[in-house]
Amino acid sequence: MNWNEKYETLPREDLKELQLERLKQTIERSFHDVEHYKKVMQDKGMEPGDISSLDDLSKLPFTTKEDLRDNYPYGMFAVHLSEIVRIHSSSGTTGKPTVVGYTRNDLNTWAELMARSLACGGAGREDVIQNSYGYGLFTGGLGVHYGAERLGASVIPTSGGNTKRQIMIMKDYGTTVLTCTPSYALFMAEVMQEMGIDPKTDLKLKSGIFGAEPWSENMRKEIERKLDISAHDIYGLSEIIGPGVAIECEEKRGLHIFEDHFIPEIINPETGETLPIGEVGELVFTSLTKEALPMIRYRTRDISRLIEEECSCGRTHIRMERVSGRSDDMLIIRGVNVFPSQVESVLLDIGETEPHYKLIVDRIGTLDTLEIQVEVSEALFSDEVRRLEQLEEKIRKEIDTVLGISAKITLVEPKTIERSEGKAKRVFDKRKY
Amino acid sequence: MKIKQISIFLENKQGRLAAVTKLLAEEGVNIRALSIADTSDFGILRLIVNEPDKAYEVLKEQGFTVSMTEVIGVAMSDEPGGLAGVMEILEKRQVNIEYLYAFVGSAYEDALVIFRVENIDDAIKVLQEKGINILKGEEIYAL
Repeated sequence: MNWNEKYETLPREDLKELQLERLKQTIERSFHDVEHYKKVMQDKGMEPGDISSLDDLSKLPFTTKEDLRDNYPYGMFAVHLSEIVRIHSSSGTTGKPTVVGYTRNDLNTWAELMARSLACGGAGREDVIQNSYGYGLFTGGLGVHYGAERLGASVIPTSGGNTKRQIMIMKDYGTTVLTCTPSYALFMAEVMQEMGIDPKTDLKLKSGIFGAEPWSENMRKEIERKLDISAHDIYGLSEIIGPGVAIECEEKRGLHIFEDHFIPEIINPETGETLPIGEVGELVFTSLTKEALPMIRYRTRDISRLIEEECSCGRTHIRMERVSGRSDDMLIIRGVNVFPSQVESVLLDIGETEPHYKLIVDRIGTLDTLEIQVEVSEALFSDEVRRLEQLEEKIRKEIDTVLGISAKITLVEPKTIERSEGKAKRVFDKRKY
Repeated sequence: MKIKQISIFLENKQGRLAAVTKLLAEEGVNIRALSIADTSDFGILRLIVNEPDKAYEVLKEQGFTVSMTEVIGVAMSDEPGGLAGVMEILEKRQVNIEYLYAFVGSAYEDALVIFRVENIDDAIKVLQEKGINILKGEEIYAL
C-alpha cells in the first residue's frame, strides 16, 4: 500500500524537477547558515549559484562523520537551538559522538517517511505494531514510533529486551507487525519455541520491518519461515534522518529510496569518483528537505548498488540493493556500531602501551558474540591469577561502557596475533549473512 | 634471603608448557621447583631455577611474557605439623600469602616450601624472629 500515492509514484521527470528545486534551496541555505559548508564550498571556489542541474551535485565536496565530529555538538546545525525540538546522538567512536537535531518540520518529514515505510512493509491503520527497536538516543525506536502513529496504527512501544514479556504481549495484544533488528527477530523466534508458542497458530503476526544491521536473503527466509511473516528490510542512518530513508516493497528486490527527500549517489570509496548507476560502490546521500541538519553528499560508508529499472509495485523511486558491506572497518554487532579503534583506545588506557588485539565476531544461534583477544604484554602481566582475572574484568567493563555491548575477553600470549606489513588484520567476522 | 622466581604467561593450549621446558633444557637451565596456576583460558607457570637471570633473558628473547618476582624459601621439619607451625606464625602476624608451593623430593632433609607474600621483608622478619630457617637464593639454586 502507498501512504503517499502522489509522491511515491511521481513520474521521474517531475521527481527530478522537484529534486533540483529542493537541492538548490538546500545548497543555498547550507551555504548561508552553516559555516562548515560555506568554508568547504569557498575552498573549492564555489557558490550556491554554481548548482544549476542535478549533475552539478557531483562538484560539491563530501561531508563525512569526521566533519560532524569536528563541529561537535551543534556546529553543523543550520538553525538556532530554539528551532530544534529533538536531539538524537550516535554512540560515536573513540572520540565524540555525532549529534543530530530535528526541527518540528523535520520530525514531520521523518514521521511521513516512516509511515510510508511501514505502509510499504504491509502495515495500515488496523494493525498493531510492536516496536522493539530501542527507545532513546538511538533513532530506531522513536523514528518507528512516530511513523506508526502517523500511519494510524496502534503502536506498542516495547523497546528492546525482556523477550518473554515481549512475546506474551505479542500473543495477548494481537500484534500484527513487528519492528526490530533482524537478529532480535530470530532470537524471539527461538524463545517462542522454548515457550511452546507456535507463531502460525498462536500469533496474529503477518509482517516484520527489520533493519539497523546487515542481514542476508537466507536470514530473511529463516525469519519468514520461523515467524510465518513477510519480512522487509528498512534502511536509514541518523545523519540522514534515521530509519525511513529506504524500504523494501512487496517485490523485495531492493529498497526504494524516498527520492523526493534524498538524492542517492554511488561513489568509488577510494577515489571519490561518482559511479554510473548500476555499479557497486559507497552510498552517498544529499538531503533535500532537512532544516536542522542539511546533509550534502554525506558518505555513509555503506556499500550498495542502485537499481534504476521500474518496479512492478508502481513506486517510481530508485532502489538500492541491500547493504553488502562497509568501506571502513565498522562492525555492527547486535545492532551496535563498533569500530576497532574504540577497542584500541580502551586497551591503550589500560595498558599504556600499543596493544595487540584481535576481534572475533561470531553468531551463536541467533545472537552476535564478540570476543576480544588481547596479548599480555609485560606491562599487563602479573604472576597472580587474581590480578589477571581482574584485568580481564576491567577490560570487559570498559568495553561495555564505551561500546555498550558485552564482550568475552581472552588473554593470549605475545606474538600469537599475526603481524602484517602495514595494517594488521584485527577483525575476524565469522558471521554468515 | 629472597629467591628469584620466574613467572611465565601461558595460554591453555597444547604444547605451550613443552615449549618452555624445551627452551630451558637447550639453554642448560635446571628447574628446581615449579607450580602452575591456571584458569580455563590461561595459566601462569612459576619456576625456581638454578640460573634465574639467564632463564629470564632467554625466555624474554623468545617472546614469552616473563616476570621476575621475589619469593621466600622456607625450610621446615618434614613431619606432621611442619607447615602448620609456619602458617600459624604468618597468620598471627597477618602476613598476607598470595600463594605457596612445595619442593618435592629434594636432597634436602627438611621440607621446602616457596612462599609468595604481599610484603616480603615483613614476612622474612617475622619468620626469623621465630627461628624459622629461610634459605638463601644460592642455597636453593644450587640444590
